[in-house]
Amino acid sequence: MFYREAGQFKTSYQADQALFPILQDRIGMVVILAIAFVAIPLLANDFFLTSIMIPFLIFALAAIGLNILTGFCGQLSLGTGAFMGVGAYAAYKLTSIFPDANIILMVLLSGVFSAAIGAVFGLPSLRIKGLYLAVTTLAAQFFLEWCFIRIPWLYNYNASGAIEVPRREVFGLVASGAEATPIVRYFIVLGITVLITWLMANVLRGRIGRSWMMIRDMDIAAELMGIRPLRTKLMAFAVSSYICGVAGAMMVFFWLNAAEPSSYSIRLSFQILFMVILGGLGSLGGAFLGAAFIWILPVALKFVPGLLGMDIAAETVEHATFMTVGALIIFFLIVEPHGFARLWQIAKQKLRVWPFPY
Amino acid sequence: MLYDIFIDPFVQMYDMPDFFLQVLWEGFVAGILYALIALGFVLIFKASGVFNFAQGIMVVFAGLTLVGLNENGVPAYLALILTIGVMGVLAYGVERVVMRPLVNQPEIILLMATIGLTYFLIGFGEFVFGGEPKQMITEQLGLPTGSTAFEIGDRGLIILQHIDIAAAVIAILMVAALGIFFNKTRIGRALRAVADDHQAALSVGISLNQIWAIVWFAAGLVALATGIMWGARSDVSFALEIVAFKALPVLILGGFTSIPGAIVGGLIIGFGEKIGELYWGGLVGGGIESWLAYIIALIFLLFRPQGLFGERIIERI
Amino acid sequence: MNAFAIETDPAPSDQTVIVERDLLLSVDNVSLAFGGVKAITDISFNIEKGEIRAIIGPNGAGKTSMLNVINGFYHPQEGTITWQGKVRRKMKPYEAASQGIARTFQNVALFTGMTTLDNIMSGRSLKMHRNFFWQLLWRGPAEREEIEHRRKVEDIIDFLEIQAIRKTPVGKLPYGLQKRVELGRALAMEPELLLLDEPMAGMNLEEKEDMSRFILDVNREFGTTIALIEHDMGVVMDLSDRVVVLDYGKKIADGPPEEVQASQDVIDAYLGVSH
Repeated sequence: MFYREAGQFKTSYQADQALFPILQDRIGMVVILAIAFVAIPLLANDFFLTSIMIPFLIFALAAIGLNILTGFCGQLSLGTGAFMGVGAYAAYKLTSIFPDANIILMVLLSGVFSAAIGAVFGLPSLRIKGLYLAVTTLAAQFFLEWCFIRIPWLYNYNASGAIEVPRREVFGLVASGAEATPIVRYFIVLGITVLITWLMANVLRGRIGRSWMMIRDMDIAAELMGIRPLRTKLMAFAVSSYICGVAGAMMVFFWLNAAEPSSYSIRLSFQILFMVILGGLGSLGGAFLGAAFIWILPVALKFVPGLLGMDIAAETVEHATFMTVGALIIFFLIVEPHGFARLWQIAKQKLRVWPFPY
Repeated sequence: MLYDIFIDPFVQMYDMPDFFLQVLWEGFVAGILYALIALGFVLIFKASGVFNFAQGIMVVFAGLTLVGLNENGVPAYLALILTIGVMGVLAYGVERVVMRPLVNQPEIILLMATIGLTYFLIGFGEFVFGGEPKQMITEQLGLPTGSTAFEIGDRGLIILQHIDIAAAVIAILMVAALGIFFNKTRIGRALRAVADDHQAALSVGISLNQIWAIVWFAAGLVALATGIMWGARSDVSFALEIVAFKALPVLILGGFTSIPGAIVGGLIIGFGEKIGELYWGGLVGGGIESWLAYIIALIFLLFRPQGLFGERIIERI
Repeated sequence: MNAFAIETDPAPSDQTVIVERDLLLSVDNVSLAFGGVKAITDISFNIEKGEIRAIIGPNGAGKTSMLNVINGFYHPQEGTITWQGKVRRKMKPYEAASQGIARTFQNVALFTGMTTLDNIMSGRSLKMHRNFFWQLLWRGPAEREEIEHRRKVEDIIDFLEIQAIRKTPVGKLPYGLQKRVELGRALAMEPELLLLDEPMAGMNLEEKEDMSRFILDVNREFGTTIALIEHDMGVVMDLSDRVVVLDYGKKIADGPPEEVQASQDVIDAYLGVSH
């Protein structure tokens, strides 16, 4: 009833091609941004920012990165974790070499390195398709993980083998390192995530986004219409890896403070893949929903025994969480294989025709 | 440098044939275990087109159930029978709860569902039996333990673990049994029919649900055997899951639907990574076993995108 | 358009009124085999600028393979293809597309995850050039380019009378409409040569009439050269200027519809004959 576009006429193609052609969507977007930029910083405590919002935004960005590749270009990747790691190590090296440079800039620059490496591992995609491609990306995952362990230069020859984030200031505020306040970190992460999401929304509605989807939907037909498969796929690999790299760098600089190779293991790849699939392949909004579900659910589950007054070992809770997440993934796949994004669309459709069923 | 890469390893192989043979044997045993995991994948993929990511975890889960039951006072053989029962229940449950509602979905969705299953099984296994590594009950099951040393002329000796020999023999027997089952029995024929074309099989009155339950059960049995063999060589714990990923390059090499392919692929990966690690790994600091298998598979793939035994892909429009 | 023109051979002698046209494409002694299976054996024919050329023949005659050779998807083992006066080297399909060859497919090959509008817009891919960084910004050049091409695409949507399904995902459309969208997508490429692989397969009479009208209009209004494969003989004989008949990968007849219709070889091929 409240969600109807009847009476909203578009008089130019420009208006028709806007990101949110429907007025209600625009209002909704403004409300969400207002909550993210104003309400949450005012109301949330440090725990909420550090344990929920910051990782949620970082994972959402990583999920967008993977979604570009898998959801929009149809190339399955199991190497997301490693590409995120490349971003983290690159940012770490960059800020070690240029200690005075703006850390936000360095984080954004670090994605370039993961983009290059992603493109290299994307090369076999010209000949290899579908599940077979998964093995290429697994090769990337394990090879890069091995590099993080075996190349001491990457972690500045630290005895611990881990990277520890140094203190860096941006415009007089401590942005990274142990002293950085959650609120500063939150604003940086939010800013980068929103910016990249917006830029990607632009790319996806234009020629390049279309060429990715053409390759995804019917690669032969795409080629017969003048799309160069290798160039298009490599671009998807590069853009996707760039975003994952930035997310990986943010993960260590603005959230964890320190990271070791196992932080970027295959588990992380799977976690991001879950977010993409549950959120909905080929949907930017879905990436946010998926990230919220996969990240926030386990955090919330940890509190359930306490709320019920039960005293259960932390280990058991973790096992139970694994079980629940696994079962819920299967459950949601059965309910709606196209993810939360589709559920959201269905809900909107129902609102549109309410109170009638069709 | 070039000498280290291209000549030195071969000189070493010649100089120390006993060590080389030992490496080959290690590669062979590792290859058999990879092949067994891949075999479970192939069974399920052939019959349902599902890429069962959970196969590696089913191996650990089966081993863990067996050991866990024994720890709780169940005699070894009874525990074995009970574990077979558990795998049967798992197969039925998976068919009922996961496969049936997801029939006809795109393969990536089915893949995701099996990854979900993987998570569930990890959580469930640890929830019930605890997360710490366990010792496989090799002796109680009547499997041989010791080892025998063979002399090769006067050039040294190699040591064969009896359990490895047993693993090889059991693997061969299992493949033979599966071959007979597939080719000589009524259910085997139905399985092949389903593998060929789901709808056509349905239309001649084959029950897909029944076939799928059987296939998952067969894969569960393969997983149990693999779990026992594997557990006997190292501990039983979910840390093994990383090794389970190795089945993927094996499958890629062999093609997703070929049982001989799974075996040959397993052996290539087993030999390749042991030889690579021991003779070349040192040049880059070691530990290359973690990714060498994937690179080997990748190189094969670039020349034969359909795998060694897969059918040639002719693209049509 | 601005291509090399080559004088055609004299028209077939028994036909008096044949319009002299420039050659667009000529296929000479082309053979194609998959392993041991010969799909096409020593076929030669040509397509003149502005005509509607039909390729017919029983199932498995090598018609679709012929189209695949023309747009560079298959590479013939023998023979040459001359495109606009130049002998073509072995090329990739996207190069054929950039030279102006568009096609539709026997089994509809639309981008099923996209809307009708996006599908037809995808046909404009080769004509859009704004790079990645303009695309990131959207505002400005990228948007202007998008709108400029959107106008052209809307013309095609009007022409094909599919305004109502503009924003519908093509996967949800009925078969006949999908075929129409596919034609629109090929038209959006503004091709020199349009290859239609069974544009009317599986359609009812009414849909066939619509599709025939579109094909004729495209040919007459835009001057697009068309090569089509079709099984409906009535349609073929009505639409096409010249017909080439294949059987078991060999050419058995070539000429205007009436002539081909009368050919004994063609009748044998279709009705079967005891050898």
